[in-house]
Amino acid sequence: MLKLTGIGKRFGGLTALQGISFEIVPGSITGIIGPNGAGKTTLFNIATGIYPPSEGAVLLDGKDISNWPPEKRAYLGLVRTFQNIELFGKMTVLENVMVGLHTQSKSGIFACALRMPWQMSEERRIREEARKWLEFVGIPELENVEAGTLSFGKGRLLEIARAMALKPKLLLMDEPAAGLNSSETADLADLIKRIRDLRVTVGLVEHDMDLVMDICDSLVVLNLGTMLATGTPREIQDNPAVVTAYLGEAE
Amino acid sequence: MEFLKETMQFVISGLATGAIYALIGLSFAIIYNSTGIINFAQGEFVMLGGVITIFCITAFKLPILIAVAVAILGTTAVGVVFERLAIRPLKNATPLALIIITIGASILIRGLVMLLWGKDTQALPAFSGNDPIEVAGATMLPQHIWIFGVTLLVIAGNRFFFHHTITGKAMRACSFNRKAANLVGISVGRMVLLSFGISAALGSLAGVIIAPLTMTAYDVGVMLGLKGFCAAIMGGMGSGLGTVLGGLILGTLESLGAGWISSGYKDAIAFLILLLILFIRPQGLFKKGETERV
Amino acid sequence: MKSDKLKFLLFAVVVLAIPLFIPKGYLTNVLIFVGINSMLALGLNLLLGYAGQISLGQAAFFGLGAYGSGVLNTQYVINPWLAMALVAVGVAAFAFAIGFPVLRLKGHYLAMATLGVGVIAYISFNETVDLTGGPSGLSGIENLSIGSFVFDSDIKNYYLVWSFALVSILLAMNMVNSRFGRGLRAIHDSEVAARVMGVNARLMKVQVFALSAFISAIAGSLYCHVMTFISPTSFSFPVSIELLTMVVIGGLGSVFGSVLGALLLTLLPEMLRAFQDMDIIVYGLLLISMTIYLPGGLVRGIPALFRKIVPARGSHA
Ligand SMILES: Nc1ncnc2c1ncn2[C@@H]1O[C@H](COP(=O)(O)OP(=O)(O)O)[C@@H](O)[C@H]1O
Ligand SMILES: [Mg+2]
Repeated sequence: MLKLTGIGKRFGGLTALQGISFEIVPGSITGIIGPNGAGKTTLFNIATGIYPPSEGAVLLDGKDISNWPPEKRAYLGLVRTFQNIELFGKMTVLENVMVGLHTQSKSGIFACALRMPWQMSEERRIREEARKWLEFVGIPELENVEAGTLSFGKGRLLEIARAMALKPKLLLMDEPAAGLNSSETADLADLIKRIRDLRVTVGLVEHDMDLVMDICDSLVVLNLGTMLATGTPREIQDNPAVVTAYLGEAE
Repeated sequence: MEFLKETMQFVISGLATGAIYALIGLSFAIIYNSTGIINFAQGEFVMLGGVITIFCITAFKLPILIAVAVAILGTTAVGVVFERLAIRPLKNATPLALIIITIGASILIRGLVMLLWGKDTQALPAFSGNDPIEVAGATMLPQHIWIFGVTLLVIAGNRFFFHHTITGKAMRACSFNRKAANLVGISVGRMVLLSFGISAALGSLAGVIIAPLTMTAYDVGVMLGLKGFCAAIMGGMGSGLGTVLGGLILGTLESLGAGWISSGYKDAIAFLILLLILFIRPQGLFKKGETERV
Repeated sequence: MKSDKLKFLLFAVVVLAIPLFIPKGYLTNVLIFVGINSMLALGLNLLLGYAGQISLGQAAFFGLGAYGSGVLNTQYVINPWLAMALVAVGVAAFAFAIGFPVLRLKGHYLAMATLGVGVIAYISFNETVDLTGGPSGLSGIENLSIGSFVFDSDIKNYYLVWSFALVSILLAMNMVNSRFGRGLRAIHDSEVAARVMGVNARLMKVQVFALSAFISAIAGSLYCHVMTFISPTSFSFPVSIELLTMVVIGGLGSVFGSVLGALLLTLLPEMLRAFQDMDIIVYGLLLISMTIYLPGGLVRGIPALFRKIVPARGSHA
């Protein structure tokens, strides 16, 4: 699905990533772990096209998309959520999800201004579809609330609904459990499994080790911008380098 | 020969106005670096410098040096009050809100000056007379020498302040990282206030020394401010030599353009340069680009 | 949105009925300019209030529209309606072209660049004397006409201008509550998230910039035919600031806010006439105080004060 080869990223003098190569296999949940500042978010930014990589290539289903802008990648079914929730704060919850349906609709500036009949039916279609995704994450009652007023937990759910509305092939989630309490985290684990059951491949950056160990099929460990190890959760847990560099201090 | 001599003349007057743009550019950069704000009212500080000086001289018959001091202090006070009343009340303001507020302040100041002072254009007497001095075949005014001298002093003072005094270093720390500066005990709020004060003082100084050459009126701030901004952009919004160079280049190009092409388009030339730089090298002529954080 | 349709109908009825209830002459004349300013403010609001992209050069497009129509009308034989359409399309195309480099800039830089475009246009109006008449202006522009019906009185021009304004308002309302408008608002709130969702932010910003230029150019054409005389000062930097003030006061991101702002700021200078030139002081105070204390503008602030609750949700027109 997503293949990274030799990814490096420098910010001025700082090397945030170096020599990152791994693949996220279709249908899997791949965890990307590592201490703060390891470069996980930067990696997602490169995968989704927010920054270009300084070196290396990003391939999606074998296609080199290294220099594609994010909006073009979205049309290939690559989408993400953000560590510091990025909602459309002044829009309603439902409208947020409707933006997630942007790639599946096409009325442009003229069709919208003139209210063409087909534009009206498209509008109805995406409205219904958006409601479906609010239902899916469990916040249908909030549809008319302004997104900026949502609690942290609900905001995260909305971000997931918005991303799922895009019918992604690959969903990258950046610390979705951060700031959630334990029952919310359990619900999240369940939600991510349901997402996988819809045959969406998931990339998951997360600090909550219980969650990671529970749901991930394979793990990539980053430390100081380099790859420390890859493998199944089992293997990672037993990897002495990881234990000293990361698990030892984080747990 | 005639052409060369003429060109020399354009270059001299261009460098003099360029030095003014450089000073204004520095004053933009000081606020920008401590707050991230581009102060659209910056040009009004420049205008206030000239206008208050002339007012003190004509109304109170003050000697010029004292008039200049009053003008600079007065403008500094305006800068400080502006920060207190319009900038500080907005916590976490969006760039859009700050743009609108500083634009509001700019037309408010301009309007008040127009009301109090009228719409007349007035000239400040030159500091040391108007007897031209021959330099390399071209003529230079004593005021030009004042401008170059003051500019040099300001550059030196600026450098000394930001690199060798505690307060200056603290202000630079704020510009690099406000949170960290706060953590090590620097009062960011005070530094912001200070930056508005210093910036207003610098802007007004520029306004004072240019007033004998170009005349002044309530509305000269718009163009001068914009050109100073242009200089700062050329220098990458730094508070150092880049901005000074930017100002000098801008002043010279503008003067040459006005001389060779058409004086009516003089201001248009400055803006074309501004647009070109924003399009091609928004990080300035002398700097490398940075990546925005997400 | 049913309630939007209702609001618009109600508004249209009021606008069309007003001339029946007010004395002919001065007030009608002022209301013509409210109509023109409403279009200009609406154009800016689509860009600034919805997409979150500032422009301090709107007067340039207004001026290009006015001079385009004015010059074609006085120096060439061309049907003025056709000229209006051609000029508007031309100005929109120009905005579209410069939009790509200009709208790559953000925040203060964008503000300065658009300001630069405005100043260059203003200087050009002054300097191309052969074409525009320069600082002394361009006179002898004809009123618009349909067959033998000439729009030569205040009341006729009122209906002329407001038909255009109403159509603009209706189309804008449609647009902001649809896929395109949602895309714009998404860009405003989080450009990076919008792009990740597949919104082509660069293109859409340029499109709405061109649209706002289009509306402004139409307003400019109407202005020149209503006034029959134009001069550069009507398209200078202070005009762009006035438009900004209208949008901020009325309500950023509100179609009717644009109209409310245009109404207030067109009436205000008339009322302040006794205190010559006081208007820019008032504008300055309004810009500062509204941004600090009532960032949603009057269109949201008044109902909020009224009901003491947060502004209505779900509707953005
Ligand atoms: N836009 C940027 N500019 C400069 N440095 C950055 C930028 N984004 C991230 N970094 C730096 O890159 C490193 C990795 O950061 P990040 O990817 O956010 O780590 P993580 O998500 O693993 O906590 C950090 O040192 C961070 O400061
Ligand atoms: Mg991170």
